[in-house]
Amino acid sequence: MSSTLSSPALAGATTSPVHEKVIVRDWKFPVALDFFALVALIIAFAIPRAGVSAFRLSTDSDVLKLAPVMMPTTSTVIVVAILLTVLAVLSHWFVLRGKVGRTPLWLTAVFAILVLFAFLTWAASGHTIQVPGLLIGTLTLSVPLIFGALGGVISERVGVVNVAIEGQLLFGAFSAAIVGTVTHSPFAGLIAAVIAGVLVSFVLAAFSIKYIVDQVIVGVVLNVLVTGLTSFFYAKVLTVDAATLNSPERFAAIDIPVLSQIPLIGPVLFRQTIIVYVMYIAIFAVWFGLFKTRWGLRVRAVGEHPTAADTVGINVKRTRFWTVSLAGAIAGIGGAYYTLDVVGSFNKEMTNGAGFIALAAVIFGRWDPIRATLAGLLFGFATNLQNALSIIGSPVPSEFMLMLPYVVTIFAVAGLVGRVRAPAASGKPYIKS
Amino acid sequence: MKLELRGVTKKFGSLVANDRITLTVESGEIHCLLGENGAGKSTLMNVLYGLYQADEGEILLDGVVQHFSGPRDAINAGIGMVHQHFMLIPVFTVAENVMLGHEQTTFGGRLDLDASRAKVREISARFGFEIDPDAVIEDLPVGVQQRVEIIKALSRDAKVLVFDEPTAVLTPQETDELMAIMRQLKANGTSIVFITHKLREVREVADRITVIRLGAVVGEASPSASNTELASMMVGRAIDLTIAKGPELPGDVSLIVTSLSVIDSRAQYVVKNVSFEVRAGEILVIAGVQGNGQTELTEAILGLQSRVEGSITLNGEELVGRPVGGMLDAGVGFIPEDRTEDGLVAEFTIAENLMLDRSMGAPFVRWGTLQLGTLDEFAEATLIEFDIRAQGITTRVGTLSGGNQQKVVLARELSRDLRLFVAAQPTRGLDVGSIEFVHTRIVQARDSGIPVVVVSTELDEVVALADRIAVMYRGGIVGIVPANTPRDVLGLMMAGEIPEGVAA
Repeated sequence: MSSTLSSPALAGATTSPVHEKVIVRDWKFPVALDFFALVALIIAFAIPRAGVSAFRLSTDSDVLKLAPVMMPTTSTVIVVAILLTVLAVLSHWFVLRGKVGRTPLWLTAVFAILVLFAFLTWAASGHTIQVPGLLIGTLTLSVPLIFGALGGVISERVGVVNVAIEGQLLFGAFSAAIVGTVTHSPFAGLIAAVIAGVLVSFVLAAFSIKYIVDQVIVGVVLNVLVTGLTSFFYAKVLTVDAATLNSPERFAAIDIPVLSQIPLIGPVLFRQTIIVYVMYIAIFAVWFGLFKTRWGLRVRAVGEHPTAADTVGINVKRTRFWTVSLAGAIAGIGGAYYTLDVVGSFNKEMTNGAGFIALAAVIFGRWDPIRATLAGLLFGFATNLQNALSIIGSPVPSEFMLMLPYVVTIFAVAGLVGRVRAPAASGKPYIKS
Repeated sequence: MKLELRGVTKKFGSLVANDRITLTVESGEIHCLLGENGAGKSTLMNVLYGLYQADEGEILLDGVVQHFSGPRDAINAGIGMVHQHFMLIPVFTVAENVMLGHEQTTFGGRLDLDASRAKVREISARFGFEIDPDAVIEDLPVGVQQRVEIIKALSRDAKVLVFDEPTAVLTPQETDELMAIMRQLKANGTSIVFITHKLREVREVADRITVIRLGAVVGEASPSASNTELASMMVGRAIDLTIAKGPELPGDVSLIVTSLSVIDSRAQYVVKNVSFEVRAGEILVIAGVQGNGQTELTEAILGLQSRVEGSITLNGEELVGRPVGGMLDAGVGFIPEDRTEDGLVAEFTIAENLMLDRSMGAPFVRWGTLQLGTLDEFAEATLIEFDIRAQGITTRVGTLSGGNQQKVVLARELSRDLRLFVAAQPTRGLDVGSIEFVHTRIVQARDSGIPVVVVSTELDEVVALADRIAVMYRGGIVGIVPANTPRDVLGLMMAGEIPEGVAA
């Protein structure tokens, strides 16, 4: 408190209203950790698998080759299960005795990594897990999710819920395939995908901002519309003449010198096509744009308190319109990734719900581009884990493994996020009298 | 800068909110715009600020006609506004809020936060504010938030500054400080338009007073006019500013609140260890600046808060832990703070609203069906008894004026057999006539021999209604004092001070 203030009332008025905090003991995490530790113990002792689990860390094309790691399955799983039990007990201790009454984040993170390690070791008994392949697959599956999530983040930050990510991805993929094939240029295809995403956004923006139709309903309807349109043209036009309409030239992978030679992660991150490099730039650009520039300050202001933004001369509707359009452009690039990179042609409903998983990544990532990217990687990893394990023939039924990405999504969004605050005006139209 | 409004008219459909208003504010003067709630003051200022477009008339600055198509034009012309509901982004810092809309950037488009911080510090220093440019708005008390609004306007070089009902959220001391700031601004040559309905403030600070009633200018008054003169100009008839209230006849202690604490969703104590007693036939007014736990306290008494510690007993029965229905059965009547949000269903008719909290059984529901005949009879009688001005009992409540809406809430609650009456800010936003009516009814409830708890942030109302006054500050009760306690003592208590000689 400043000594220049003589009036006690003035001094009282300038302090912030610090209310006394109550310690809320959050038992959600300890209970969840107990559950997983118990499952680990049961698996370790009741369903032991003899043999050796191998983890390969390099591919043949790598310059620096790392030796594979061999783990004796039974003893490794038992040791990790005991470690998990210790961590679970520690979590109880933190909640009961800790000053904040919560399980620390590092503990949850270490626990999750150990669970994953134990599961892989157990499942891969007698087989070899190709770690580079697992990581490359993760990134491949995550790219559309991340583009979609970035589009979702900026759209929600400006106050429009973007349920149409699925439609933007799908229409982007569709347009990229056709234009890429006709022009024989993947770059033209990429631009077409951007335009396609923006077009879907235009409809979303026009209906939700100008005509004040419920944003979620417009988004859902757009997804259905795009699915219907692309499926129709796929069946009636693309399959009829696939060679001239649906076989676009794909982007070639570009090796980044030096960086691509880093063991394990180098080939994963830096032996990719231009779309993936655009994604790296986009993640940074969206983060920088949202939090460090005039544009971002205005976008966030409009998404939090549009009336206040209006009173300082910011055109709320115009800001929303163009920001939503930009969101569509970014999601459209994610669509192009399917047809110009990983798959190489358009298939009916090929995005397969990625737009909705991206929406979950937006929420799990707390409307932050970096966190949303990490969430996208997590969901991509869950999906790819299922692929990797079905190849080596895991003991877990494949139907159960197919559920994994969705189970992870539900757990992540419903359970682990807890109370987070969305942009205050997200989903609310701005109506000026 | 000299501001002139000439014949400004603004219509919303068939409603004429501003009717040919002409007004001149000279350079370096404080011009008060006095009028009741709903008289059209805020609409006029929104026209001036470019938020609304006038249907007729013109705005002149230094004799030049202005055409504002939006707030940006008004800001660029030198008009600044301190809004009644602060136009600050709660999750942004002070510096970010001040720069928003006219941001300076450095290399690569980065926001120049340092420039904004410096600006905040510079203006703060000029007026002796203590404001941290990096504080987040939602963590600041409302009094400080208002200063951020002032800094925001001044950082855009405002020459005409409009204050829209600025004292509604302030303690009396903060109000005095605001007056001092206004005088300082005036001394620097800023023209000030001060919108209010509080007579005392007008007389204290105004150079000239324009009175507005029902959207039209009814005349000018001089600051030396008496309260009664100003009030009758504002309302259009002679009014009595005091409440006819007989001496209290307190009975036994009826409501006992012991060590009550309320914890909000952010795990903070919003009410902390509050204890008081109210006798039957007594009005206890809970005074304090808005947001110091009064809302949560009244909600706890009605069972609307989920995390409550301590005890509330009414005539020996424990109320904490009961569901809201149980509270109503125990005879608790409640006027919520926000009648449109919590008190009424705007789409329902008057009759339907009158039976909202009696849908569980007789007399309005029998065998699961509404007894519409009984309801209509009851509603017709109530309409007359409570002087609700509406076309009939089937009028939708949302179309009524604020005063008549509040009468519907009041009628619903008081027509039950009550053993406790709790009224949170019962006259907020009402016209003078309705305020008189509500006050009379509250005193009648007291005289019927039940304990009454009233929450009020208006010192005039506190003093007029109270048999005893409890002052709340940051979730706790600073002290419980008799009704004849001097206003300056109450003001200090509202800022958390316990003056000497006051029993805490």
